[in-house]
Amino acid sequence: MTSQTLSSHLRPESKDLRDLESESLHIIREVVAEFDRPGLLFSGGKDSAVLLHLAVKAVRPAYLPFPVVHIDTGHNFPEVLAFRDRVVERLGVELVVGSVDEAITAGRIPAPFGANGTRNRLQTPVLLETIQNGGFTAVFGGARRDEERARAKERVYSLRDEFGQWDPQHQRPEVWSLYNGRINLGQHMRIFPISNWTELDVWRYIAEENIELPEIYYAHQREVFERDGMLMALSPVMQPAPGETVVTRSVRFRTVGDMTSTAAVASEARTPEEVIAETLTTHISERGATRADDRTAEAAMEDRKREGYF
Amino acid sequence: MDLLRIATAGSVDDGKSTLIGRLLFDSKSLPDDVMAAVEDASRRHHDDYVNLALVTDGLRAEREQGITIDVAYRYFSTPARKFILADTPGHVQYTRNMVTGASTAEVALIMVDARNGVVEQSRRHAVIASLLGIDHIVVCVNKMDLAGYDQQVYESIRAEFIALMARLGVQNVVFIPMSALHGDNVVKPSASMPWYHGEPLLHQLERVPVREGLDALPLRLPVQYVVRPHRAEHHDYRGYAGSIASGVLRIGQRVRVLPSGQESVIMAIDAPWGPVEEARSPDAVTVRIADDLDITRGEMLCALDEPPQIVQTLEAVVCWMDERSALRQGDVYRIKHTTRSAKAMVTSIDAKFGITSLTGEPDVESLVLNEIGRVSLKVSAPLACDDYTRNRITGSFILINDATNATVASGMIGEPRFSFNPLG
Repeated sequence: MTSQTLSSHLRPESKDLRDLESESLHIIREVVAEFDRPGLLFSGGKDSAVLLHLAVKAVRPAYLPFPVVHIDTGHNFPEVLAFRDRVVERLGVELVVGSVDEAITAGRIPAPFGANGTRNRLQTPVLLETIQNGGFTAVFGGARRDEERARAKERVYSLRDEFGQWDPQHQRPEVWSLYNGRINLGQHMRIFPISNWTELDVWRYIAEENIELPEIYYAHQREVFERDGMLMALSPVMQPAPGETVVTRSVRFRTVGDMTSTAAVASEARTPEEVIAETLTTHISERGATRADDRTAEAAMEDRKREGYF
Repeated sequence: MDLLRIATAGSVDDGKSTLIGRLLFDSKSLPDDVMAAVEDASRRHHDDYVNLALVTDGLRAEREQGITIDVAYRYFSTPARKFILADTPGHVQYTRNMVTGASTAEVALIMVDARNGVVEQSRRHAVIASLLGIDHIVVCVNKMDLAGYDQQVYESIRAEFIALMARLGVQNVVFIPMSALHGDNVVKPSASMPWYHGEPLLHQLERVPVREGLDALPLRLPVQYVVRPHRAEHHDYRGYAGSIASGVLRIGQRVRVLPSGQESVIMAIDAPWGPVEEARSPDAVTVRIADDLDITRGEMLCALDEPPQIVQTLEAVVCWMDERSALRQGDVYRIKHTTRSAKAMVTSIDAKFGITSLTGEPDVESLVLNEIGRVSLKVSAPLACDDYTRNRITGSFILINDATNATVASGMIGEPRFSFNPLG
């Protein structure tokens, strides 16, 4: 057993983070063992990158036994799409894409109004359609409870009915680490293995594990304009209104979604360590700083989740 | 850094959500935009003060009714420690959600309104905290501002609660007089209660011992998933993945696979951070063993000495969590115990625990929502288990209704910390 001794790894010092990691692996393994058709929602954002990293760990050295699912709003950052394709290629996993563009063209969902119309809500019918067409019985998502107060209420195993709806007032009890994965035909389960991670945990893990992210998570020069106190990136789908001035600034993204609903923050942080340092001193929450989609109402997230948003 | 899991419990209007808001606010864990939204909402609701409860009541229905319906999880940290806080509902009809939040907690905060003293819900929360085997209980005697910061009020509640805890077999209880609204003894000491010489709540939470003694228990590793790569470079690889429930796992260690009874030796351990010599709870590992055994999900790798019991009949305390059905003798459910799933028949309901009488009531026909009882079960396959008071992972189970798929009960194997018989 000498070779084992030589290659033996020391326990990392970040015990809190490693306990969270083990909890996540436990959840992922339960799902792989008990569901016949899981899929992993991958937006190309940092949380889904961490989730995918954990999923690969949970089954290694075997290949990931389920596909990665991407809901393409058609308004994605090109850097994020390129990152998605790189990761899928490197891991050799199957990629399933649900396209909002396709659904609009085929007339299955209406096109949004206005020049800067957000496609955030349109993701939901396309997500549900993709889950149904793919026959997925369990769908992993990278949502965290610390992001938003409706998400703070979510179970790790979150049951969705035949219409994809979440019923927050009648969730199944979820005790110890004994998860009930039983569903009826037509229902599916959303699974949130990193429920208990915070934004800071995610960044610490990215730093410790050297997880690749789209480059827009780190400070770069970009043309932006200010709207509602947020820095929106200039793009073909996001143009300034009269009175809004485009300036070039050093920015990074704290969350990455659709270009119409994700804002940048001013930043000089070029490495995970520098992002951690900034995160430790910031006084604004991640979604508060950057997500136009959460600002529409006090219960914006709860309403979207009830409809089937992830 | 350590990670401490806390659950809060209290009756409606005991100020539990306010306490959490205060903990987050005074420990500077509330982002400015969240605070601004709460201030804004408080103004719209015409509250006289910033309503910190709005921080945690995340559902529209909760904010409308001003009550907590389901568990909300909150995350905060101090230089000393990181905390996961499960804010659980106080309302009796949502007790099952309290069980959800408290089942993984190491510390329970039980809120008592200084004006009302120990009420039925306080007793219920104390009973559940004891049943769930929570090691440390902190009784927060809140709203002391409305009781004139009177030491006598605090002392009489404390005396009553000490008797209750003794009855429930709970050893580690701490009492703190506080006003969550004004911040007395939450994060900062209170100028209004000089007679209290203890530390504020947060300081105590920073010093509670975390997950003690699991390493000293015998090894239990429930097999979750068998890793078979089907790749050329790992042709004969067969790894057993699972999370260590207790004990220490070492390379070279001889283990018994239960319930089948086969034995082998640990050849390799892969922790999440790479190959290791040894691993311990709660590490999620993949192990390889020396012999080519047929091990499947649901079996458990165990230490040779102090093996778990292998049973097909068991006695347990259950908390019934389904509002649409009742537990009755002769019912058959699906039981999920560690990674094993089987059928379980209720052979008898031996007693129901009275929250008011604090004793077992015999001759019980059924258990309904939020009732706690002792039952005997017959299981369709042998389970490798320990008493819950010894091991929270190998001693716990859930019951699932196969027709509705609902999780209907949480169960704890063996004798609870306290007797169902009247004392004396």
